[in-house]
Amino acid sequence: MADEKCVPFDANNDNVILEVKNLCKSFPLKKTITGKVTQELIAVDNVSFKLKAGETLGIVGESGCGKTTLGRAILKLHEPTGGNIIFEGKDITKYKKKQMREIRKKMQIIFQDPYSSLPPRSTVGGILSEPVEVHKIVPKAEIKNYVLDLMDKCGLRDYYYERYPHEFSGGQRQRICIARALSVNPGLVVCDEPVSALDVSIQAQIINLLKKLQEDLGLTYIFISHDLSVVKYISDKIGVMYLGSMVEYGTKEDIFSKPLHPYTQALFSAIPHPDPDVKMNRIILKGDIPSPANPPKGCRFHTRCPHATDICKEKVPEYKDYGNGHCAACHLLD
Amino acid sequence: MNDIKEKETNEEKTVQEDDVPHDKTVRLMSPTRMVVRRFFRSKLSIIGLIMVIGLFIFSFAGPLLYTEWGEIELDESGKTEYSVSETTYTVDGKEYTIRQTTEKSLKDNFLDGPSATHILGTDNEGYDIFVRLMYGGRISLTVSFIAVFLITILGVILGGIAGYFGGAIDNIIMRLCDILICLPGIPILLIISTILDASEIDAKYRIYLLMIYLTFISWPGTARLVRGQILSLREQEYMVAAEAMGYSTSRQIFKHLVPNVMPQLIVSMSLSLGSMILYEATLSYLNLGVKAPYAAWGTMINIISTNQDILQNHLNVWVPAGVCIVIAVLGFNFIGDGLRDALDPKARR
Repeated sequence: MADEKCVPFDANNDNVILEVKNLCKSFPLKKTITGKVTQELIAVDNVSFKLKAGETLGIVGESGCGKTTLGRAILKLHEPTGGNIIFEGKDITKYKKKQMREIRKKMQIIFQDPYSSLPPRSTVGGILSEPVEVHKIVPKAEIKNYVLDLMDKCGLRDYYYERYPHEFSGGQRQRICIARALSVNPGLVVCDEPVSALDVSIQAQIINLLKKLQEDLGLTYIFISHDLSVVKYISDKIGVMYLGSMVEYGTKEDIFSKPLHPYTQALFSAIPHPDPDVKMNRIILKGDIPSPANPPKGCRFHTRCPHATDICKEKVPEYKDYGNGHCAACHLLD
Repeated sequence: MNDIKEKETNEEKTVQEDDVPHDKTVRLMSPTRMVVRRFFRSKLSIIGLIMVIGLFIFSFAGPLLYTEWGEIELDESGKTEYSVSETTYTVDGKEYTIRQTTEKSLKDNFLDGPSATHILGTDNEGYDIFVRLMYGGRISLTVSFIAVFLITILGVILGGIAGYFGGAIDNIIMRLCDILICLPGIPILLIISTILDASEIDAKYRIYLLMIYLTFISWPGTARLVRGQILSLREQEYMVAAEAMGYSTSRQIFKHLVPNVMPQLIVSMSLSLGSMILYEATLSYLNLGVKAPYAAWGTMINIISTNQDILQNHLNVWVPAGVCIVIAVLGFNFIGDGLRDALDPKARR
């Protein structure tokens, strides 16, 4: 893939909160005795994008395409193996764990599973006041009021303060997770499939809560999901991932109205329509997603692409801007 | 799309208004309170608790209430010992036997049977057995608590570090554990005991030194337990969340991981309390631990080795100490078992 990626939107860097340049993350699979890696799994491959403050970037893709790894690598919960992460103008790629701790309060994450992401032996009050205390967000005496205020914002009642996570349903637990992430006043929140473990009506509640909080607090989201309708509802920009790399990136309107990449087209053709009489033009992809430990040569998608040509099997397509910051990586567009 | 979402927001509001009133009055139990409640539901653990608390009162409050005799206070009321000797010799074909009875007045009243003055009698030196049982309990219980406390602290710190960091540190600590587990305990104890004899350390303190040694060779068990638990807990998402919140490493280990290891730790602690009491008794019995004139349950049983007669005819000298050991070990094991059942989340009754 080309070293210099296109800049996803206009060149002026005003308000850019996060810039990701050629981010790579691979996990060693096999090592020799001396510790040399002989086989590795490339989970995130050369992903680049810029994100303005207050915007929401939706990241979609099927299971195992590296969405979660990308989200965690941006927060450096996974140490990136290549590329740069520039957060609020500072390159944090090489930051040590200790240096990261200061930045943690500006970037937070909401996890997919609200059941395992809350410590079982603390009360809700304890869970929410601990980060406030550690990062000294407010003076000690005001912590309780601050937390109660936060709980109110997230739709949790004040008497939940003394309760334990196991007493709550999934939706309420996810509210606690959101409250915990917001307790340190972050600018950027990575939402790692926050609603996929919840049932549909609760999903709507949580998404509306996230949207309301974004309006009130001016948050920037990276919203990872495999649910396209959810992403369409909440995002300003959308990135489509396939097998570790970003195949298409653009504004929501652009991507939904004229998807460029054949994978995106196939993906969007699968969105169910509420009206049963509407004839759907589904593009059915053949085969399974190849193993990221042994990705296909050339364009990663060529094994399943309905329009694949010979060049696709040989050359990795360049990730290029096709106008208005709408980028894609496909030979067919040239 | 938007319409659907808005409808659901309305639904959410009605649901919220509904569930307020009855919910507010219910006070739910914390996990700790639930465990305590389940613990007291088991009869065996209550019996164990009574046994242990009883022993504590007996050992620590007993000597304050019963002050007739001290731990190393000899009963000098005196005792008369009669010894008969026969001499046979022949004069002019006739046999003569001379019986001679010697009456010997001894200073100490030893090997006395149970009586009003001595509830359980006296031992071979003339010390009051009942009182020494209480003092012996003080030593046994204190020593085992100190040893278990030290073992737990060492085990949690080293096991926690090994489990959390993994890699080379884990390897070093675990190999150290392997080495310590390989060491034969008793032969080394014999050597240390000889060294302590030679260096003339006060008989009262040598048992504490031996307990420090016991701690040193026993912590690997706890460290392995803690490490194993932490290895599995470390992968939980709430630990990733703790890292994402920017908590320091020591906070992550000691505030988030260790509290979740506590259930297993408490069980292993209460069970090892029993084994430490046994260990202490063994040491004292082998004359490695507490030495005369100070009392320990093991030392009191050791008296039988001085005189065969005591083993057969003076049960009051050594049986009570044995009963105390049994009660203590059983009590701690009952508590340990009860706690294990109470802390097991799958056994919801």
